[in-house]
Amino acid sequence: MENSVSSQNSLVSVQNLSFYRGNKKIFDDISLEFERGKVTAIMGPSGTGKTTLLKLIGGQLHPKQGAVIVDGNNVHRLRRAELYNLRKRMGMLFQSGALLTDMNVFDNVAFPLREHTHLPESMIRTLVLMKLQAVGLRGARNLMPNELSGGMARRIALARAIALDPMMIMYDEPFTGQDPISKGALVQLIKSLNNILGLTSIIVSHDVQETAEIADYIYVISEGKIVGQGTPKEIEQSESDWVQQFMTGAADGPVHFHYPAKDYVDDLLSTGKRY
Amino acid sequence: MIEFLQNLGKNTRTSFTKLGRGTFFLLQATSGIVSVLPRPRLLLNQMHSIGVLSFLIITISGLFVGMVLGLQGYYILSDFGAEETLGVMVAASLVRELGPVVTALLFAGRAGSALTAEIGLMKATEQLSGMEMMAVDPIKRIISPRFLAGFLSMPLLAALFSAVGIIGGQMVGSGLLGVDEGAYWSQMRANIDFQDDIVNGVIKSIVFGFVASWIALFEGYDAIPTSEGVSRATTRTVVNSAFSILGLDFILTALMFGD
Repeated sequence: MENSVSSQNSLVSVQNLSFYRGNKKIFDDISLEFERGKVTAIMGPSGTGKTTLLKLIGGQLHPKQGAVIVDGNNVHRLRRAELYNLRKRMGMLFQSGALLTDMNVFDNVAFPLREHTHLPESMIRTLVLMKLQAVGLRGARNLMPNELSGGMARRIALARAIALDPMMIMYDEPFTGQDPISKGALVQLIKSLNNILGLTSIIVSHDVQETAEIADYIYVISEGKIVGQGTPKEIEQSESDWVQQFMTGAADGPVHFHYPAKDYVDDLLSTGKRY
Repeated sequence: MIEFLQNLGKNTRTSFTKLGRGTFFLLQATSGIVSVLPRPRLLLNQMHSIGVLSFLIITISGLFVGMVLGLQGYYILSDFGAEETLGVMVAASLVRELGPVVTALLFAGRAGSALTAEIGLMKATEQLSGMEMMAVDPIKRIISPRFLAGFLSMPLLAALFSAVGIIGGQMVGSGLLGVDEGAYWSQMRANIDFQDDIVNGVIKSIVFGFVASWIALFEGYDAIPTSEGVSRATTRTVVNSAFSILGLDFILTALMFGD
């Protein structure tokens, strides 16, 4: 019901997607809609392929089945040049920041502008300083990536991701490994950038609290399937065991504590020969 | 036995798949060179880190190799009373063989391993992936300039190596052991052929530079993006480059100098 309403206004639409890594099934026929101008979160335990989903949306991986439609384009049907043109309008924030380590902060943010535009250096300077000001790090422009803290690196990467004024940004685990202050700063930043720049945001995360605070809509994924979806409130009240286990952080539940193995007693009593 | 055959088949298949990936990579890197030409700055930066920064190791190694050639050559030639031809011997060995080969081996150790580690780490830290998502082709932006810089630098470094080596031979030969300086140079000028010796040597060094850069960049690009993966890739670069250079040297020598 939710889907049919949102699909008319969705910027990114994932349709009946299946993806395998080797023989391991990562996604099994999942469909998601990401509405324009909204913050949509994808949550789920680590190892469920959340990052893989972002790479599928960005066209870096190819699905076995199904389609990803971004702004009316079928990502995996595009020719290379068309895909690259589309990517100029898609920002992505990697978990590590993925800053180029041989350039300072200023040149990192200027990188997409220098690669894709023929703007004069004076204008690039103005644009870069504006982007850095937006993430509060204009004063750090001369630092090298190895001199930045994890939180700063992510904010610089965010400034770089918005350098070309994209229509959407994909955040890969933006809060992981951050102290409470940087977490708070990132939460604020993601929300305000989304509203001020009119972006569409996709957040992949397992930080329940922070994500619920800014997301308009949440999908919970586990073992290749969508196990719950709705507004943060609906998710909180969900009766699904999967969702409850994830939101409350129970060690055992539908997601087992133990990695699949043969029977414990049998295993202990067996000879232990290598096979 | 069956297991042996299975492993053999599996390994052969893996090697051939890798060779295929490598060839495809080479095609992409070569076609990317077109987009490097309008941006000479990218090329110059790489020529600096691959070529200029190898200057010291090449100069010092060249000097010592030349000095050893001077010594050994003198001991042998003086037995036949032919020490005047020391210049020819030193120059011919350097220009034809040792210049291209030793430079290429040093190049693989100094610049090749650095390239593999750099590209491998860029992959491991998602910099290449990030570039792709910024709609910048990492092959054109990162690989092609390094590839071009690699095989342009090699002949220059080999020439430097040979030149310094010849001076080293002269220092030992005439400075230390008393070979006539005029004979050292004039014999060399009379007997070293431009086409046969120098051009062939340059061709060798271009081929070695091409292969060493290809191996180094491909191993980095194809590395498993973990610290262990990058360290293995770096080792493979040095080992595979050495094998390829020495093997190709034999083939090229047979083709060039056989009558």
